[in-house]
Amino acid sequence: MIAQLNDWMPMINEIFFTMCGIVSIVTGIRGLKNKKAPYGTFAFWTILGLLFILGKFIIDAMGDTGAALIGMSLFVLAALTFTKQVQIGEYSVQPVKEREEAAKKYQNKIFIPAVTLAVVAMALAQVKIPYTVVVDGVQQTKTFVFSGAAAIGIASVLALLFGFILTKANGKEITEDSTRLMMTVGSAALLPQLLGALGSLFSTAGVGVVISNIISTVIPSNSVLIGVIVYVLGMVIFTIIMGNAFAAFAVITAGIGIPFVILQGGNPAIVGALGMTSGYCGTLLTPMAANFNIVPSAVLETKSRYTVIKAQVPISLTLIVAHIILMLVLAF
Amino acid sequence: MPDWFTLIGVVIIVVGFALKLDVLAVILIAGLATGLAAQMDVMEIFAVLGRGFVNNRLMTIFFISFPVIAIIERYGLKEQSANLISKIKKASVGKVLMIYTFIRWLAAAFSVRLGGHVQFIRPLILPMALAAGITDKNGSLSEDEEDEIKGLAAASENYGNFYGQNIFPAASGVVLIQGTLVTAGYEITLADVATASIPIGIVMLIAAVAQFYFFDKKLAKGVSKK
Repeated sequence: MIAQLNDWMPMINEIFFTMCGIVSIVTGIRGLKNKKAPYGTFAFWTILGLLFILGKFIIDAMGDTGAALIGMSLFVLAALTFTKQVQIGEYSVQPVKEREEAAKKYQNKIFIPAVTLAVVAMALAQVKIPYTVVVDGVQQTKTFVFSGAAAIGIASVLALLFGFILTKANGKEITEDSTRLMMTVGSAALLPQLLGALGSLFSTAGVGVVISNIISTVIPSNSVLIGVIVYVLGMVIFTIIMGNAFAAFAVITAGIGIPFVILQGGNPAIVGALGMTSGYCGTLLTPMAANFNIVPSAVLETKSRYTVIKAQVPISLTLIVAHIILMLVLAF
Repeated sequence: MPDWFTLIGVVIIVVGFALKLDVLAVILIAGLATGLAAQMDVMEIFAVLGRGFVNNRLMTIFFISFPVIAIIERYGLKEQSANLISKIKKASVGKVLMIYTFIRWLAAAFSVRLGGHVQFIRPLILPMALAAGITDKNGSLSEDEEDEIKGLAAASENYGNFYGQNIFPAASGVVLIQGTLVTAGYEITLADVATASIPIGIVMLIAAVAQFYFFDKKLAKGVSKK
């Protein structure tokens, strides 16, 4: 039973990716009602949805040709956002009073779906069930785990179910609100996934090797202390320049984190986790991360654009030192 | 072509992000340029990007949770959260911000979308902090003090958000870390990365509490000088 479930996991994943695709396509259809760029918006979200639903099947069926077709569609998506053909639609605003009344009515029960989403996803991610199978007459021990997609997918479906039962919301409201959320997040939602794709291209092209060759001519490769310091500072500096820790992570981890820290015996999960949050220390310092630092200054009407960054400097510097110490102590 | 030509992609990413150009276009052009510099075939570049995109779909799995968020927000999640926070009796600027940082951190760790400079800081946390400050100072805050409180209030949102989010195993940062390292050949799980993100979160809480505590001290000193 468990063994079967494990075999089905790839198919189960596809079910949840299909649901993501459906959310995207529904957004595309809603985009047709846009005053600005209805067709571009429709095309963007619909193509994206189809890539989610069909992507794996296309690659399985057509191999490299299929993968290349998907790669080309990504350039179509980029052409649409580059020419500003993907826009946010017009939505009727829900009166604040309506939400306040709902808050009064449901009180803390409204947290049930939110907590379900978080707790179920987290709980499923912890599940590890060992089981034995016989392959070619030899007994093997394997471990069953829920895939990330299944854990989040199951949690979301349960949370949605509880949400419907609790509020008796109607489908149209949910479609309107979900598509508005999708359009508001917009193409930025794809940033991590595209950077992941870029990361695999970087590794095929050997970018990490080139960076680590350059770094290794400058720093000794046998010092854990120096490796950790260079990795943490590399993440901070690249994030300051780019304004985005995710973009820095793919490059710096391949170029510095793996060769100079993990290959010297660092625990990969701990090094990676602390590498990313090192980047967040850079985010606290940079005007490039406008949405976290400059926009809030505007929203709060501060005297200078840099008031928020100024407040964050002492904590950022303290945490940079803390990252170096924690990485040395916990990962080795 | 020399090896270091493949770094062209890194340069394009750095410049493109710094100039705030369209992110999708910047990333794909960086990929194309890198591939060409490494003398890859154009079709091969498309294929690697396409395969990478499909293999990394997990990073965008959060689409599936949007309908849930839509329901709970429409039915008063933010309003009820605000009710809960406002029940906390005002104390001092530092204490208000400490409590908010902690709540924001905890919410991020559970992937609850509670927070935001526009939704929470401006309408709720900043007024509470300023009110506490004015009471502390017997009636008035200087312009500089007010500005500093604004900076700290915005910072408290970032602190909680940044160092709490990766404690949730499905956070996009966590899936990026896990995806990158699995691609590099290290078999780690989302839960491993999330667990490894807890210690720095606790260090952040201590550092933030210290910062807000010293601000309260500084503000109090200003009073006695008057």
